[in-house]
Amino acid sequence: MANIQQEISSFLSEATFVEGPILEVSVPEAKWHELALYLHDKLHFDYLVSIVGMDWGETMGCVYYLTRTADNSQVSVKVEIADRENPLIHSITDLWKSALLYEREVYDFFGIRFINHPDMRRLFLRNDWVGYPLRKDYNADPEVNPIRLEHEAVDDVTHAIVETPDGKLEERTNTLFGPEEFVVNIGPQHPATHGVLRLRTSLDGENVKKIDVYCGYVHRGIEKLCESLTYPQTLHFADRLDYLSAQQNRHAVCLCIEDALQVEVPARAQYVRTIMDELMRISSHLLFWSTFCMDLGGTTAFFYGFRDREKILDIFEETCGARMTFNYYTIGGLMADIHPDFQRKVKEFCAYLPAKLKEYHTLFTGNVIAQQRMKGVGLLSREDAISYGIAGPSGRASGWACDVRKNHPYALYDKVEFNEVVRTEGDVYARYMVRLDEILESIHIIEQLIDNIPEGDYAVKMKPIIKLPEGRFFRQVEASRGPLGIFIESHGDKNPYRLKINSACLPLVGGLDPMCRNGKIADLIAIGGSLDYVIPDMDR
Amino acid sequence: MEVKIKSMKYEDFKDNEYIEQLIKELKASNTNVVVGCLDEVIDWGRSNSLWPLTFATSCCGIEFMSLGAARYDMARFGFEVARASPRQADFVMVAGTIVHRMAPVLRRLYDQLAEPKYVVAVGGCAVSGGPFRKSYHVLKGVDEILPVDVYIPGCPPRPEAMFYGLMQLQRKVKVEKFFGGVNRQEKRDKVFGK
Repeated sequence: MANIQQEISSFLSEATFVEGPILEVSVPEAKWHELALYLHDKLHFDYLVSIVGMDWGETMGCVYYLTRTADNSQVSVKVEIADRENPLIHSITDLWKSALLYEREVYDFFGIRFINHPDMRRLFLRNDWVGYPLRKDYNADPEVNPIRLEHEAVDDVTHAIVETPDGKLEERTNTLFGPEEFVVNIGPQHPATHGVLRLRTSLDGENVKKIDVYCGYVHRGIEKLCESLTYPQTLHFADRLDYLSAQQNRHAVCLCIEDALQVEVPARAQYVRTIMDELMRISSHLLFWSTFCMDLGGTTAFFYGFRDREKILDIFEETCGARMTFNYYTIGGLMADIHPDFQRKVKEFCAYLPAKLKEYHTLFTGNVIAQQRMKGVGLLSREDAISYGIAGPSGRASGWACDVRKNHPYALYDKVEFNEVVRTEGDVYARYMVRLDEILESIHIIEQLIDNIPEGDYAVKMKPIIKLPEGRFFRQVEASRGPLGIFIESHGDKNPYRLKINSACLPLVGGLDPMCRNGKIADLIAIGGSLDYVIPDMDR
Repeated sequence: MEVKIKSMKYEDFKDNEYIEQLIKELKASNTNVVVGCLDEVIDWGRSNSLWPLTFATSCCGIEFMSLGAARYDMARFGFEVARASPRQADFVMVAGTIVHRMAPVLRRLYDQLAEPKYVVAVGGCAVSGGPFRKSYHVLKGVDEILPVDVYIPGCPPRPEAMFYGLMQLQRKVKVEKFFGGVNRQEKRDKVFGK
């Protein structure tokens, strides 16, 4: 860490540092792109984890989180600007492709425009939305933004702000779709988009030429809502983000807050959390298998997958009292102790599933038609996966060992033995196989823990009003679809000043366009299914 | 008069006054003997083959999928198969949060449903905005843009709760006046206005 600090300060004397779990570098805006170039090319920070837009009242800005995939060291960069009327920051889309969506998100919420970003449109809100909702001075009067029942205008051109070689700024328009292009609208109401995602797809016959992704059809404004809630209250939204990794999401928020408070979670809670996380992962991957096979035409698979998923839901229901939104983890431990039958049922399930997985492979994986639809389709190289930020099972299918459980272990992941499933093909088949193999690894993890759950408290007693110390906190966990990051900036109050959820699914749709390009339109469904995105997680 | 649903006893429903009120209103309008009998037959058929539209935005959608899978199997009750096109569906289950950007899309889907059509609001978000009620981008209940027939609370509702709600919809369909009633709703509204 000190090494990185020295190298940056010798490169850029203006940089100031704040030490912490993640080194924070502050740079003036004018020097930001220069530093970004240095970080990317010389220090090899090749993975942009997140861009957090910020409104500090007087000033605005962004906090960037970067990771070096070679040794998983992290660094954050804070860029602050004083101009609130016309805030401008240099774009880093030329270095990290995932910034294409992240910067649009910041523009949507804060009105910060990015110089040299090719496509400065809103990402989540309607084109005709008035104001920038995550600014502290946002006018939330419903009369300003009433419910509009007319459809929003479709843009074929987009705006960009470009810096010319002599340093002047120019407004330009870029064409998304020309008048000669044949654009087919897929979604937002389409069963194969796995939710309300809209893809404007330019076609040449049956070949996909370009995909333009529209998000925000279930943007619920969770980040803004959290700013007026206390910390224990914010937990409840985590379950409803990516409802197929509800436990892991909540784990991330709990970890972030526990980190800030430096609370030691009892061993019993750690064991249960790890087991619950893995059960959730299995249930999510089973659902992936069901829906993915259905997308490719294997309707029966849907019934098989759901049959086995119900068994996990039964286990959850006994302990947590709900089938989907569990509200089980809490700051400092768990809401309640496990059900007396929990261990027995989990063991039964772990013995039951591997045989069923074999059945899955016989039914679908080995099928010639399925193989031909999966193998060699939707190729994603390791470099692209890192640049687009496509982590999780999809990234591991491209040969990128990006499992947070291995790289930054939390809970008991450093004590259990498991393999990180990595494949190198980078196609739909690899993404499919990684998930099915991960189910076996999860069972392996659970089997190591289930008999050894220690006796003792399941939670530490917390104060009724939880106040976080001042500072910025960022924690990641490995959710079912990839790393979910929680960023909290606290000003010492009982509610967060800013809470940002770094979704695992948003980068996945960012990668749709390069993966589908020049493929067939039928492959678009297979690729989308294999990425397994959950829309409310992406839209938040 | 009792409204019979094969799957559940009349006494087990919790809002029988409401359905009795509906029947009273119906009787007050003096139904023709022949047409009234035909109504009963047609409504019996309609109520046992209500097909939902495949529409889901968030968490409730997964429970809706469980409804279609083997353990709960909504086909047993006549919600035979979910249709992907609104033109082939009888009702829309609004499963999940509806936000500003989605509102015109949902409204268009509703307009595309063929008459007679129904709306079921599933889950806290569709009923009232749920946990996101204070958000800048979420509708405070789907009844702001659509007429809702049945509300199913829960976050998300259990599949059993969804069945209860759907059976309520069946009961409503059973007592409706079909001829001169729901079959001509749209035409009549166009001519006479609401």
